[in-house]
Amino acid sequence: MPDHLHLAVALDGAGWHPAAWREPNARPRDLFSPRYWADLVRTAERGLLDLVTIDDAFGIQTHRIGVPDDRVDEVRGRLDALLIASFVAPLTSRIGLVPTVTTTHTEPFHVSKALATLDHTSLGRAGWQARVSGSAAEAALVGRRVISGYDPRILAAADLPAELRDLFDEAADVIDVVRRLWDSWEDDAEIRDVATRRFIDRSKVHHVDFEGRFFSVRGPSITPRPPQGQPVVSVLAHRREPYELAARAADLVFVTPTAARGAEALLGDVARAVADVGRDGEPLHVYADVVAALDGPGESGADRLRRLDDVAGEPYTSDTTVFGGSAAELADLVASWQALGYRGVRLRPAALPGDLDRIVTDLVPELQRRGLHRTSYPEVSSLRGLLGLPTAVPNRYAEAV
Amino acid sequence: MSTRKQIILGAYLGGVNHHTAWWHPDAGSQIDFSTFEHTARTAERGRFDFFFLAEGLALRERAGKIFDQDIVGRPDTLPVLASLAAVTTHLGLAGTINATFNEPYELARQFATLDHLSGGRTAWNVVTSFDAFTGRNFRRGGFLDRSRRYERAAEMIEALRTLWDSWDDEDLVADKATGRFLRRPDAGTFAIKGNQFDIHGRFTVPRSPQGRPVILQAGVSPEGRDFAARHSDAIFSPFGKLPEAADFYRDVKARAAKFGRNPDDLKILPSASFVLGDTEAEAGERYREVREQQITGRTALILLEQVWNRDLSGYDPDGPLPDVDPDPDAPPIIEGRAFVHQDRFATVARWREIAEAKKLSLRELVIDQFERGPFVGTPAQVAQQIDDFVQDDGSDGLIIGSHLVPRGLDEFVDRVVPLLQERGSLRAEYTGTTLRDNLGLPPLPRRSGSAAAAV
Repeated sequence: MPDHLHLAVALDGAGWHPAAWREPNARPRDLFSPRYWADLVRTAERGLLDLVTIDDAFGIQTHRIGVPDDRVDEVRGRLDALLIASFVAPLTSRIGLVPTVTTTHTEPFHVSKALATLDHTSLGRAGWQARVSGSAAEAALVGRRVISGYDPRILAAADLPAELRDLFDEAADVIDVVRRLWDSWEDDAEIRDVATRRFIDRSKVHHVDFEGRFFSVRGPSITPRPPQGQPVVSVLAHRREPYELAARAADLVFVTPTAARGAEALLGDVARAVADVGRDGEPLHVYADVVAALDGPGESGADRLRRLDDVAGEPYTSDTTVFGGSAAELADLVASWQALGYRGVRLRPAALPGDLDRIVTDLVPELQRRGLHRTSYPEVSSLRGLLGLPTAVPNRYAEAV
Repeated sequence: MSTRKQIILGAYLGGVNHHTAWWHPDAGSQIDFSTFEHTARTAERGRFDFFFLAEGLALRERAGKIFDQDIVGRPDTLPVLASLAAVTTHLGLAGTINATFNEPYELARQFATLDHLSGGRTAWNVVTSFDAFTGRNFRRGGFLDRSRRYERAAEMIEALRTLWDSWDDEDLVADKATGRFLRRPDAGTFAIKGNQFDIHGRFTVPRSPQGRPVILQAGVSPEGRDFAARHSDAIFSPFGKLPEAADFYRDVKARAAKFGRNPDDLKILPSASFVLGDTEAEAGERYREVREQQITGRTALILLEQVWNRDLSGYDPDGPLPDVDPDPDAPPIIEGRAFVHQDRFATVARWREIAEAKKLSLRELVIDQFERGPFVGTPAQVAQQIDDFVQDDGSDGLIIGSHLVPRGLDEFVDRVVPLLQERGSLRAEYTGTTLRDNLGLPPLPRRSGSAAAAV
């Protein structure tokens, strides 16, 4: 049976349109409240979605690239995504929880045990969107390293400066170390053998002894192996370096089809990166991102986008396709992407909670009618199982039996 | 109206140590979330002030091999507390986080987030480390000598306070009608420059419900006491018995006054365990059994090896103390465990005297010296012991743990808490919403210091 299309939702603030916070049903004062996040994720779970990603960055949101601005008319401020995911874990039971955590300024040891713990508290529903930070402003918040400020034209050029390419190589090392630490305990390391008074079999708990170009980590983790063995690792990618990072280190990649570079071309870009880095084993799952403004009572999605643009005072531009229209039209679009070979789509609601509500009440039934979306959660207990990733994950440190 | 001092109660869940009876048939997982959820809900049912979670950053080793005789492995502190915030409503959530192996911006952000998600119920127990062994798990390494350790801790606390204060209470406007989201364009702006940190930019988390998390610390040495008396809202005391506890209490409160603080705004909290029985004799018998099980011969030798810094595995746990001197200059045989005995020779000399005077074997000496002064007796006796200890200014409250995880605390909440409530020493209902409210700490002043800078 062909795998159905996987549906993810990307949560960020009041939605992805900068004026979304001014919508009548927006809750801008609640963006920092626990109830807001609980409501959103429960809604997504009601729609039987595979996962929610929760966006994050160390630096404050900005209209410019990498440099804080002085605007007071857009959402500014954000909570730590991993802790939001941890908070909603006991309030949900089936949906995957995928916070964004930077690889540039964090300690891999902390990241590994935090995600492992999220996997323990959510009973196997944790994922990670790993994110490189190339911003000078974010580096200054942490103070441990200096990153040069780059002009957007340099970032758009074919060849990235070596300093930024190193950040992607470093990210690959961070993901590698995090994964090694997840494996540093074998699943059956805890033996509780009362007779010999041994709590663990220490031959099943391993130092990782990683030494790379950028840092070293000894291990083992303090946290036993997470329920999934390996929580799901994802990367958002727009160009060669992050495609290669995803191909080297991730389980799934979010890509951004646009008019300039369409969904079919992007699959070719990813395939080339996969070949270039010599990835073997499980294929890299590719998800397409789309900003979604769905038709509502009395107003079409397209009209709403125009109205929000008026409020913002400028047309909204995104790194990915911006869709305004009916649930049936969006279902047509995502079905066409699936036909190209995409494993799933990640919907970025233009406005929250409005577009998330419409995804659940309009788009999900439309996809169900077409046999493209599940009608109930399957009897698998992990996010890996939901996504069709192998649920038996070999431990690199376990001796072959 | 009772004038009795209200007892502050924290609940801790034993982590990696020899105290927790993992071998007990009723013992559960130290990792499953259900364990933490059950303990926190039980503590909230008992009207405790907070739940406390310790931290580990490296698995302990002896002579290069990971400990296997006691509980090994634990979850990460902050994600567990964030998950507990979802299943409790009044209970404070306190976590130990090391100031040496974290960076201020990230940590300030995590604690401020937790304070938002919990509606103002968080506390940070600040600890430092000068442990190169633990540092091998981190990019930045981690060796700091003792003086730099306190410098880093002091600058760390100061930096976090600066970050938590970088938003004023009124900065988040979010007025749909006017289109004003921020009151001022530079909300969250900070610049911190000291010996340890040189950071600047804009903080992403608006001022949290408590203003800032409650600060907890431990300190025994004179400099540690001063440090805690100056910076913290509550101090973990190592003294569970009068009169040392009362001496410590008076001393630290006096130090707080010396720094211009109201001594009532600094709470003193020792950790304590308990063993109950239907009769005094039954409780005593249970207590003896637990102690015997906690300190096996092997555990006793390992605890002594940390002080001797020698391989003592050839000694008979039921024989006398080792006749050799400590070897402070050798590479550490035990790694990853906080070392509290500054002068090894003095500690060993004292232990030899005690063992001789009380005619104790090696293992008996360890049981004698490493016990934490638990409250033992019938529920009525334990309630009275606890109440007397607090009313006599041994402390402002206790951080209570059981040797049995996760259900050990149930017995305390079911049988002792009602008696403390009857005595008028423990609240019957929560009255405030934040941890500061629970603890009887005054609310922080509203922050609007940047108002003049507003456009």
